[in-house]
Amino acid sequence: MYADLSPLHEPRSFLTKYVWSQDHKVIAIQYSLTAIAVGVVGLILSDLMRLQLGFPGRFAFIDANHYYQFVTMHGMIMVIYLLTALFLGGFGNYLIPLMVGARDMVFPYMNMLSYWVYQVAVWVLMASFFVPGGPTGAGWTLYPPQAILPGTPGTEWGIVLMLISLAIFIVATTMGGLNYVTTVLQARAEGMTLMRMPLTVWGIFVATILALLAFPALLVSAIMMLLDRLLHTSFFMPSVVSMGMQLKHNGGSPLLFQHLFWFFGHPEVYIVALPAFGIVSDLISVHARKSIFGYRNMVWAILAIGGLSLVVWAHHMFVSGMNPYFGFFFATTTLIIAVPTAIKVYNWMLTLWRGNIHLTVPMLFAVGFVSTFVIGGLTGLFLGNVSVDIPLSNTYFVVAHFHMVMGVSPILVVFGGLYHWYPKITGRMLNDGLGKFHFWVTFLGTYAIYFPMHYLGILGMPRRYYAYDNYQFIPGSAQTLNADITVIAFLVGLAQFVFLFNLAWSLFKGKPSGANPWRAASLEWQTPDTPPIHGNWGATLPVVHRWPYAYSVPGAAQDFIPQNAPADPALDDPGDLGQAVEGAKI
Amino acid sequence: MALAIALFIITVAAVLFQFLTPWWLTPLASNWRQMDDTLAITLVVTGIFFVGINLFLVYVLIRYRHNKDRRAAYQPENRKLERWLILGTTLAIILLLAPGLFVYAAYLDTPRNALVVEVLGQQWQWRFRLPGQSDKLGKTDTRFVTPDNPFGIDPADPNGQGDILIDNNELHLPVNQPVKMLLRSRDVLHDFFVPPFRARMNIVPGMVTSFWFTPTKVGRYEALCAQLCGIGHSNMRAYVVVETPAAFAAWLKRQPTFAQTMAKNESGADQLLKQGKLVAQAKACIACHTVDGSPAVGPTWKGLYGKTETMADGSTALVDEAYLKAFIRNPTSRIVKGYAPIMPQIDLSDAELAALIAYIKSNAGAGQPSTTAQTSGG
Repeated sequence: MYADLSPLHEPRSFLTKYVWSQDHKVIAIQYSLTAIAVGVVGLILSDLMRLQLGFPGRFAFIDANHYYQFVTMHGMIMVIYLLTALFLGGFGNYLIPLMVGARDMVFPYMNMLSYWVYQVAVWVLMASFFVPGGPTGAGWTLYPPQAILPGTPGTEWGIVLMLISLAIFIVATTMGGLNYVTTVLQARAEGMTLMRMPLTVWGIFVATILALLAFPALLVSAIMMLLDRLLHTSFFMPSVVSMGMQLKHNGGSPLLFQHLFWFFGHPEVYIVALPAFGIVSDLISVHARKSIFGYRNMVWAILAIGGLSLVVWAHHMFVSGMNPYFGFFFATTTLIIAVPTAIKVYNWMLTLWRGNIHLTVPMLFAVGFVSTFVIGGLTGLFLGNVSVDIPLSNTYFVVAHFHMVMGVSPILVVFGGLYHWYPKITGRMLNDGLGKFHFWVTFLGTYAIYFPMHYLGILGMPRRYYAYDNYQFIPGSAQTLNADITVIAFLVGLAQFVFLFNLAWSLFKGKPSGANPWRAASLEWQTPDTPPIHGNWGATLPVVHRWPYAYSVPGAAQDFIPQNAPADPALDDPGDLGQAVEGAKI
Repeated sequence: MALAIALFIITVAAVLFQFLTPWWLTPLASNWRQMDDTLAITLVVTGIFFVGINLFLVYVLIRYRHNKDRRAAYQPENRKLERWLILGTTLAIILLLAPGLFVYAAYLDTPRNALVVEVLGQQWQWRFRLPGQSDKLGKTDTRFVTPDNPFGIDPADPNGQGDILIDNNELHLPVNQPVKMLLRSRDVLHDFFVPPFRARMNIVPGMVTSFWFTPTKVGRYEALCAQLCGIGHSNMRAYVVVETPAAFAAWLKRQPTFAQTMAKNESGADQLLKQGKLVAQAKACIACHTVDGSPAVGPTWKGLYGKTETMADGSTALVDEAYLKAFIRNPTSRIVKGYAPIMPQIDLSDAELAALIAYIKSNAGAGQPSTTAQTSGG
């Protein structure tokens, strides 16, 4: 499809190789390191916030202003600047060209631009910590009118910088996103049909399409709120009396913002989740030495989830005051989405079933993900069902649910993915012992943090509270639990630094990995060089002969057949996996 | 193997936790038993899936752990099994959804005889309004909001004159009488939430939202704000007292109407006090200090003036004008025992400070605090 080497912009200097690089692999690493750095800020903020919740008033510097600023910045950083950037900009950039057999992204210059624009967005966001009044404390949902009125920290500068940063981020995502989609559609190697793509690529591909459709809603709402804040328009601002002052706004709708925000915000959940689904499918298949179960349904499930995710947004708004009859529609669409999601879970389980399971570090994270995702997914059935949601809305149940489903679960996949592909990226293995330590503290820790939190929500404990003094219906034991959670959150936080140390240490001291340490079949492990050099494939592009899940094929010499190994009529099914289906009985 | 054991322990611990948890629904005090029932149905169905999936993982991790003499089975698909799983899941989802939608339909079907109560949210306090003789609440608009007319009732609307105004944070309701709550905000989003009633709705400035419930148990319940509304969010509290219809009627009679309130305001109320109250609201003092004696982040102002405070270092001080002035100007110079040193320094003109102190002073002799609970700080 595009075998021509000439447009490849061979790097000529240190600067074009490592800084202004147009190589998707370098850009991926730049994206990942920036996302991880900003993620560390988000992690520290979460621990500061936990200090106040666990030991209220003990730390004088965390006043109510700071607390809400920590909460807000933690949420926004983790969802947008860490997870979205890492999955699409990091994993997407690194894996798409390698997995589909391309030499690079189709628009390398735009790819470079995407990263640098993202970095500008991060700087603008970080700048808000240093402006008068500090960053915004409006909650990551930035609901107006409160986000731009006194009584909320950061209404002077913080909210302005936040909105500008988001707008810049969306520019970066759009540039990257167009690239990923075009590359998947246009730059696949010979024989790499869509239905032979690894599920990782499918997940990132559909997530990117969602990003391209959903982020514009956030962009317009950010611009409209900026106008409300700076030019005193009234898109989202009704007539209000703020702190005894009559304001000039009139006629705007706070609910309009919520609709726009969640039209972006719900697909955003899947922008993070779909790449995780894809990656975890590949991890489970490789490390269980078994072809992914139900590949076609896995692809259809990704597409169905992607499509449905655009019509469920108002389940975040069941008690918002919108027309209450919308509740019927959105509860129904929301629960329908559970079906394709459940299919994915079943298929992961059935992939493990009768496998030959290597509990490597990536596999530990992958199986850990299945367990945490099941909790997060099932609690979604509480919140998606409108009448069950009413008493639980805005309580700790919600906090526990979304952290489990779109915090802990995707981040476990991020870790699993990094342990899995690090050897390809660096040519060295990450340290196994440190990896296991990292897994166990993170996995057990997150369970201990979030599992009991659901029950605080059922009790009715509201979220986003600076303190819970003197509420009679909250027993003292809830405070004890909060203190325990804080201690565990610190331990889990510390374990992440062990992981960062492992990343750095293994770069120099890690065991050399060879080209394909996991004996994986997909294309990225078949590069002539490890780490792959500029252009990825040497003189000739690979030719793909089969799907990426040819593990433990009966009669094959090894328990995997690389996608680009020469066709073998004795082993390959002429109709791809369609043929294999009829032959294989369960 | 360790992972299988861990998952097994997690599953067992989760089930045990469910039965032993010290944190569960507050005792129901409204008609919404159905909401608790749908919660229970959801919990059972999802609980089965949770246990089943985790135990399946435990089984496969043990049974199919790596063995170098064995190869994994080759089985890319099984359309029949997949179809059954889709069908089964769809049925389970319908089972969960259907009762939920029926309960929701009931939630939207407000009884005709419901008592109408308006809740007015404002950073960070609650007010309540009930219709008077005319049975209709007066029209409101933020244009009419003044310190004397915090509800923004249209003075020209005859219906508004008889409106019964509750200018404090305690609402009374008759037991077993359906109530339709009309929710209004003057400034930002709020949410009036009484956990034992289950029902709730956000409050959105610029519009009126509503929900209904029937209180079924006599008692005094805490109401809280459940939609982030700024730094005072966690302290925006109120109480709902559910009592017999007779007690409710007697209480209602004692509350002033809008016409009475306005008349009283015109008859030479102390301007300084009024200004002080306004300062306390505008500068968000009331986020942490109550005037009704109920404990909060900071000491209540009820009975504060003239009291002898004990400091964290054991010394004592008489709360007088000089003390208040010095403390407000420099809040961290000394620390009152039992409170965290978290009061921010607030910009106040001398006139504002004087008004504020006059207001605090006016709350002095108002009797003993109604609750004696000691706070342990912020």
